[in-house]
Amino acid sequence: MLVFILRRLIQSVVVIFLVSILVFIGVFSIGNPADILIPAEASQMERDAAIKSLGLDKPMYEQYFIFLSNAMKGDLGRSFVFNQPTISLITARMPATLELAFCALFLSLVIGIPLGMIAGYKANSLLDRTIMTGSILGFSAPTFWTAILLIMVFAVGLHWLPPSGRGQLGKILGITTSLATWDGIRHLVLPVTSLSLFKISLVTRLTRSGIRETLPMDFVKYARAKGLRKSRIVFVHVFRNVLIPIVTVVGMELGSLIAFGVVTETIYAWPGTGKLLIDSITRLDRPMIVAWLMITVMLFIVINLVVDLSYSLIDPRIRLQRKKS
Amino acid sequence: MKGTASPGRDGMGSKILRELVGSPSSLIGLVICVVVVFLAIFGPLVTSQDPYDLSKLNIMDNRLPPGSVGIDGAVYVLGTDGQGRDMVSAMIYGLRTSLLVGILTTALAMVIGTTMGLLAAYKGGWVDTIIMRLVDLILGFPMMLLALILLAALGPGIDKVILALVAVQWAFYARTIRGTALSEMNREYIEAARCLALSERRIIFRHLLVNCLPPVIVISTIKVAGAISAEATLSFLGLGVPITKPSLGLLISNGYRYLLSGSYWISIFPGILLMLTIFGINIVGDRLKEVLNPRLQENKAVE
Repeated sequence: MLVFILRRLIQSVVVIFLVSILVFIGVFSIGNPADILIPAEASQMERDAAIKSLGLDKPMYEQYFIFLSNAMKGDLGRSFVFNQPTISLITARMPATLELAFCALFLSLVIGIPLGMIAGYKANSLLDRTIMTGSILGFSAPTFWTAILLIMVFAVGLHWLPPSGRGQLGKILGITTSLATWDGIRHLVLPVTSLSLFKISLVTRLTRSGIRETLPMDFVKYARAKGLRKSRIVFVHVFRNVLIPIVTVVGMELGSLIAFGVVTETIYAWPGTGKLLIDSITRLDRPMIVAWLMITVMLFIVINLVVDLSYSLIDPRIRLQRKKS
Repeated sequence: MKGTASPGRDGMGSKILRELVGSPSSLIGLVICVVVVFLAIFGPLVTSQDPYDLSKLNIMDNRLPPGSVGIDGAVYVLGTDGQGRDMVSAMIYGLRTSLLVGILTTALAMVIGTTMGLLAAYKGGWVDTIIMRLVDLILGFPMMLLALILLAALGPGIDKVILALVAVQWAFYARTIRGTALSEMNREYIEAARCLALSERRIIFRHLLVNCLPPVIVISTIKVAGAISAEATLSFLGLGVPITKPSLGLLISNGYRYLLSGSYWISIFPGILLMLTIFGINIVGDRLKEVLNPRLQENKAVE
């Protein structure tokens, strides 16, 4: 197990290094930040001074090495626009993004798994067909579109919920979150719903196919033959096997929730990292984009590692295979 | 092998069609697909104006609600947008752009991904390692995020949207094809082809390819919907198609600005068309997957 984690960590370092090069090259090809940041009426001398102070006069590889050596010390540069360390800007907004992503994930599991189990057990019934067609409708609607629709209906039309912003924050167990206040929850409802709709459909379909694949297996027949209670077969024997694909996808999807958060955050003016990224792209704030990507990559690597480790907790077969090899 | 599969081919085609028409939901999906494709191809013949020709637009007609009559007597069934464009015409032209991006992206990604996947499976060794590590890297991140970054670097434009989406989507096909190809490689017909000393290219493209293709074609129908949705999202964020040739996503984005002031139709109607299109394609793709997936059919036989 330790060897496995170590190997993964080394792999991760290589991936992060490669991504940093790619990101740097990529970001470099996005326009010239000097054109946007320096006012047009500045004299040539002021211009040169500004370019020099931003470090834009150096060739790309030199800028990369400066970035790399600073990154080793935990410094991902200063934002051109805010003139503050990018890391602190991102970490300040990270809780809002994570809050949105985790709430959406929670909602998709709580709704998706039961729906999928019902559909799987009542396969080809009218209920199953309805759930499955509904799920196709769910993942056919682009996230930004459902977000707009929800604002239209519940904020503009019915005036039930606020259309944008994060609302009042409070503390639960030392974590600052919107979930602590009624106003905060009201602000969360629309963004979380629009973000989770797609995932609910996904989890539903995954659970259904998992159930359908597990039910005809021998161990289920054996459990039935032993005369176990139906609830025990469903929740212990079948459910454990259905859980494996769900855990994989949940890991991947947590990442994509953070990425899709970019869209949701933009529409709902949610003060998270996604909105920061879009603003940085339009303002050509290079250090900000690079730092955002690096931090997101690291986040993904951690998520993927946790997912892989949780496999072995759920599925003993994987644990055994690893011991053998 | 081609020979063994061909007797059932014709029967297969009509069977698939029967399955699609058979259930009400997939029939709806099929109808939506046919209508959408029909509109996209023949749309310009039925629309009342060319929404890209600014000289034909009358700014006095801007933001008219659905059913209004314009200054020159034209009836705007679904209203007009901020520039006085007829929504119906704008939507049909937008649909063309969206479908074009969706279909071209999927086709290109399929060709590139299939070639890479076949190469990886057939060559093995370091070719396989390099291709598959790249695939792992790409698939390790959400598609949307990669496309977003790529587009930020490339700038807006239909060709660039397609490029960015292909760059992300090919990996998916490569992985699928490689898996299928690896199991096909152990079959006798590949050995036979090798014994006949056929060229590598011929074995890969004439023998291996045709046997790996069916599952990929099925998946690709759903991927068309995904590409359309992705393009709409990117355009909505202002990173996709240029403002002069709006796709459905950009139309929604344009209308979004007027949403809070009550001009709902500029955003809502393109959105409904977009959702119906994706819904229709997904339903048909989903049904195809079910009909063509032999594993599920075996399950059905057991019940």
